[in-house]
Amino acid sequence: MTTPLGKDLLGLEPLTPEQIRLILDTAEPFKEISERAIKKVPALRGSTIVNLFFEASTRTRVSFEFAEKRLSADTVNVAASGSSVSKGETLVDTARNLEAMRIDMVVIRHSASGAAQFLAERIESNVINAGDGTHEHPTQGLLDLLTLRDRFGSLEGRRICICGDVLHSRVARSNIWGLKKMGAIVGVCGPRSLLPNAIADLGVEVFDRIEAAIEWAEALNILRLQLERMQAGYIPSLREYNRVFGVTRERLERAPRDVLILHPGPMNRGVEIDSDVADGPHSVILDQVTNGVAVRMAVLYLLAGGAPELADAAKGGSDR
Amino acid sequence: MTSRESAGARDQRADGNRESSGNRERGTGNRGSGVRQVVLRGGRVLDPSQNLDGVGDLVLTDGTVESFETAAGASYGDDYEVIDCSGLVVSPGFIDVHCHLREPGREDVETIATGARAAAVGGFTAVCAMPNTQPVTDNQAAVGFVLRQGQTANAARVHPIGAISLGQEGKSLAEFGEMVGAGAVAVSDDGRPVASAHLMRTALEYARTFGIPVADHCEEPTLAAGGAMNEGIVSARLGLKGIPSEAEEIMVIRDILLARRTGGHIHLCHMSTKGSVELIRWGKERGIRVTAEACPHHLSLTEDAVGAYNTNAKMNPPLRTAEDVEAVREAVRDGTIDLVATDHAPHHYDEKEREFADSPNGIVGLETALAVVNTWLVKPGLIDLATLVDRMSVSPARTFNLPGGSLRRGQMADVTVFDATREWKVDPAKFVSKGRNSPYGGHTLHGRVMCTIVGGKIVHRATG
Amino acid sequence: MAAKPTTVLDSRALARTLRRMADEIVELFDGVDNLIFVGIQRRGVQLSDRLADILDEREQVRVPRGSLDITLYRDDLQTVGPRPVVGPTKLPWDLNGKRVLIVDDVLHTGRTVRAALDELADFGRPSRIALAVLVDRGGRELPIHADIVGKRVDVAPSDRVDVLVSELDGSDSVVLVRREDAA
Repeated sequence: MTTPLGKDLLGLEPLTPEQIRLILDTAEPFKEISERAIKKVPALRGSTIVNLFFEASTRTRVSFEFAEKRLSADTVNVAASGSSVSKGETLVDTARNLEAMRIDMVVIRHSASGAAQFLAERIESNVINAGDGTHEHPTQGLLDLLTLRDRFGSLEGRRICICGDVLHSRVARSNIWGLKKMGAIVGVCGPRSLLPNAIADLGVEVFDRIEAAIEWAEALNILRLQLERMQAGYIPSLREYNRVFGVTRERLERAPRDVLILHPGPMNRGVEIDSDVADGPHSVILDQVTNGVAVRMAVLYLLAGGAPELADAAKGGSDR
Repeated sequence: MTSRESAGARDQRADGNRESSGNRERGTGNRGSGVRQVVLRGGRVLDPSQNLDGVGDLVLTDGTVESFETAAGASYGDDYEVIDCSGLVVSPGFIDVHCHLREPGREDVETIATGARAAAVGGFTAVCAMPNTQPVTDNQAAVGFVLRQGQTANAARVHPIGAISLGQEGKSLAEFGEMVGAGAVAVSDDGRPVASAHLMRTALEYARTFGIPVADHCEEPTLAAGGAMNEGIVSARLGLKGIPSEAEEIMVIRDILLARRTGGHIHLCHMSTKGSVELIRWGKERGIRVTAEACPHHLSLTEDAVGAYNTNAKMNPPLRTAEDVEAVREAVRDGTIDLVATDHAPHHYDEKEREFADSPNGIVGLETALAVVNTWLVKPGLIDLATLVDRMSVSPARTFNLPGGSLRRGQMADVTVFDATREWKVDPAKFVSKGRNSPYGGHTLHGRVMCTIVGGKIVHRATG
Repeated sequence: MAAKPTTVLDSRALARTLRRMADEIVELFDGVDNLIFVGIQRRGVQLSDRLADILDEREQVRVPRGSLDITLYRDDLQTVGPRPVVGPTKLPWDLNGKRVLIVDDVLHTGRTVRAALDELADFGRPSRIALAVLVDRGGRELPIHADIVGKRVDVAPSDRVDVLVSELDGSDSVVLVRREDAA
């Protein structure tokens, strides 16, 4: 089965720039479908897709569900619990059971880095990583790329800064890989206790202060700060985080240019991002959500391949 | 394949030459001890304990080393089994001071018997069994149990190591005296660090009374908590929490300073970082009684071996950077690291067949140790075979005050015969150990143990 | 395997044919009220634009034009192998009660038109749908027929009929490519 993306979408790190471009280009026509009265095309009719979510997530799951249903696929949501160790069925057994039910595609979100790869190596179905531990969240990275590309035309040479808890963020990693492959210049900004020690080796600029990041960047991708980080001692308090690193209207107004604002959601208003920024004129946060469905449709469409020996019949559109 | 009984004197050579039975220079018939008399003929006898390196015959009688004959064409009597060792190295038996035999408690992944046999396959004539069993080996009854199980295994010797603290909980000292009396050769809470400096101090002081080393698994628990591999560029890419090298180094310097204060003997387990090696050098320069071990995997593999979340490359301390590996190798060469130990840690297939972060730490190593050290240190010319034998036999015996580590006349006949050039492909499915969790599966390595002899008895003979 | 293209319509003949088709369209629909042209990607779009331009000239009326990419409605999507590229669909109207003229370059098996009909149904319920094609080469696999045909050609199943438009291909023509027996 030779689809241009291979069997699975596990991350952006393994993709070539051409593959990423293909996904973004494919997503464009899919945007239009969500504008129709009847938001459905029969492209994946008859396919069965399981959304296997080991971590609770409403927004990503719903986005995938819309994408699947708009392609006319049959979807099943499985809210599995926890890790292999303590809570019942191991991931291996879950994988085998799914395969025995002849599922075409699995969308998996799991708290362990590498879980999507683990699953992909053990089942024949297509596996789409909807977020594995702190490793990657490729569809989020792709929709961020699409949103930026829509606004900038091209990502080549653009300065994009990722702000927040990069250490624990799979969104950050996917963005770093995706942006670099598209030729963008990537920066990160956050307290050093929330940046990986080896961050400089990833080929990004590091800003210790948000003011410096805002002055440098053409777009900010603001990550959600989780309460657990404070409890685990990485930062002293959310209040201090907002004072020192929060993206506020005052800080943005001092920027030398208009800076696009992205956020993967859900937002902690008043912590990493202030409401008037989130709802302000430079925010493309809602575009991200719209693009999310289109990108996911594109990924599902591209992964669901067919029998290559019949490919010739379709070449050149001769089958009129 | 067990050693053949000989009906008359018979060479083991392929050409089937027979020794004439009329010549009775050696031996006066079977001495009835139940142990074969063995001659290891024509090998390169390499014994750093007596600066011996020469080709000749090693004669083992009644379970001890009788002599080393260099005269060509010496002949031996009927009751001697002659093993042709031409082209092979004959050395004092290897000793592994750090392995996990899982019994009692996890006999599903290894027993003392299977572990001792795996050790024999790896050329080890003796191993020291760590006490993190279930229940923990922290009392004389448990120590005695391990000792007896080892004896009935009839393979490599098993020396029990007792726990430092009851239940390895790090709170109160176990009864060192009783455990030593029952056969313990050292104490360790390995598996876990000794988090309390006070406990480590008292353990070092108390162990002095019995002349045993305290072996520490150096890991600062708050820095390492939740870590699944080395902290660095690879962990950043894979999205795994990392264990910084400082987690090891902080405990290394702590233990060295406590050894200085107490005059006790601290033995540092599985050293893996450049920083640790530098600290050990500092300690030794000042005459502090610190010894250290390194494992074959830390001499050969880097964090890149984790690759795409390969759980067979997950252990604690983790695989480090190329710079660390180079420093640890150099330390083995110059003796800063005194010896090589395996930290053999079998796990069940199901346990390793899990998401990386949930998978337990540890790999097996008894059956590949010689080959790995030979392939990565001897073959590239970093150390010579004499140094290898020192680090795997002479030094472990000396460091832990164990019998063995020498082929001097009168020493017990614990001998390892190996082919330093033989190439072989590692197939974990063929391991004698119950554990299959090795990162070397599919690798072609150089160096194979051909024969292992314990107390004059052949406990392993390679077939391929 | 020599492929020898024969010109069926050169640029002048093609232009003439389009003018005649435009007249037929007006006749068929009895005027251009409430009429939308929908070109099928890709070359149906260019042809639809040409026809609309001719009507603009003749009748002084701008017929709205949309474009349709039928890739996602193909009946062979599951078996075609690597995913075909999806082009843009632009139909920003509710089609209820409208009259629609589908415009395509070549009509062959009829499957493309079937897909187009399915897709149009998702945009509403037109009061009438008609089909105009530049070339009808026969070989139907479905009961589909064209209301307005530029040229009928009679070819073997292994032959190819290509429509070239200057916007995409640099010239206007219709060519027939006969395949000699191939290996």
